[in-house]
Amino acid sequence: MENIFSIFVKSIFIDNMIFAYFLGMCSYLAVSKTVKTSMGLGLAVIFVLLVTVPVNYLLENYLLKAGALSWLHPSLADADLSFLSFIIFIAVIASIVQLVEMVVEKFAPALYSSLGIFLPLIAVNCAIMGASLFMQEREYANIGEATAFALGSGIGWWLAIIGIAAIRERITYSNIPKPLQGLGIAFIITGLMAISFMSFMGIKL
Amino acid sequence: MNIFSSKQAKPLLNPLLKDNPVTAQVLGICSALAVTVKLEPALVMALSVTAVCGFSNLIIALIRNLIPNSIRIIVQLVVIAALVIIVDQILKAFAYEVSKQLSVYVGLIITNCIIMGRLEAFAMANKPIPSLLDGFGNGLGYGLILALVAFVRELFGSGSILGWKVMPGGFYELGYQNNSLVILPPMALIIVGVIIWVQKAHTKEAK
Repeated sequence: MENIFSIFVKSIFIDNMIFAYFLGMCSYLAVSKTVKTSMGLGLAVIFVLLVTVPVNYLLENYLLKAGALSWLHPSLADADLSFLSFIIFIAVIASIVQLVEMVVEKFAPALYSSLGIFLPLIAVNCAIMGASLFMQEREYANIGEATAFALGSGIGWWLAIIGIAAIRERITYSNIPKPLQGLGIAFIITGLMAISFMSFMGIKL
Repeated sequence: MNIFSSKQAKPLLNPLLKDNPVTAQVLGICSALAVTVKLEPALVMALSVTAVCGFSNLIIALIRNLIPNSIRIIVQLVVIAALVIIVDQILKAFAYEVSKQLSVYVGLIITNCIIMGRLEAFAMANKPIPSLLDGFGNGLGYGLILALVAFVRELFGSGSILGWKVMPGGFYELGYQNNSLVILPPMALIIVGVIIWVQKAHTKEAK
């Protein structure tokens, strides 16, 4: 239980998706103009991460990993399908995003209209794919740890996009050199935010 | 047909500076920053992206009239994922050290927006040869930024280029120290911000 909590906190602050690994930068920069839309996208990312990472965890451990197929038949114990993991992960992510979109549209139309175009866009958000690949690389011991990691990464991403959106709303009226406006300053602010997040480094839980 | 006539060269050369995928189109930033601590992985990454981008453009351009419009995203993803698997296996076989350093970022080429973006914007509407050139051009434009950022970070962060020491030893005796902040993630963001600043200042009159 302690381990799960430590993974959760670590993935929010220390291994933050944006500030430590630069994952999901494209939508992070494109959507962070107002706090309201960033909130929608952030929540959608948390939600999709929370669904896709555990599903991919099960696939990884019962289908793809070396020897993972032995539960099916003992003779399959030396089968190694890990080279297929990219294509399986992206297929799972694309189809789950599609599924989530349909379910949300049917049962929560208000949420659907507020998330709008962000849901389908999430399929190509590197943070989602990246979380699944990190999950594979770090070899979490059980599905609880993988889920904690997914939730933590999602919250970390949400925190980052809310932060930059709030700052960008404030600097709209600042006097920034013309060529630096927009994208340039967004990068530099993100850099400064990342420096402040680095103060969490080295915290042992 | 001369492959390097000016009309053919346009899709190859435009993305290098004027229409650079990273700084002008704001695509593919995710992986651009993470692999740039040292020059060598950055170059390998640039090469991988160029190869995947060029060949996926070529394949999609060849079959563009056969793809039903409603499932084109899935078809594109499958083509990209297959190419990335090939690249990943080649890296693991011939450059294991670099492949370990790149870790998950090789897999993340799949979700690199440059490749999807070029497939959607160019390969779906153009003939195979220009598409191939467009793919290579965008890959190289991406590689250019990667190499630039990695060059700055390795030079000031480790005092070396491609692993060779280039900072004169005398500097260190005078009290010069490697700037360890440059190696850390935040500096990559700031360097890219500055590159965008310089580039926009130069292309301002074109707008």
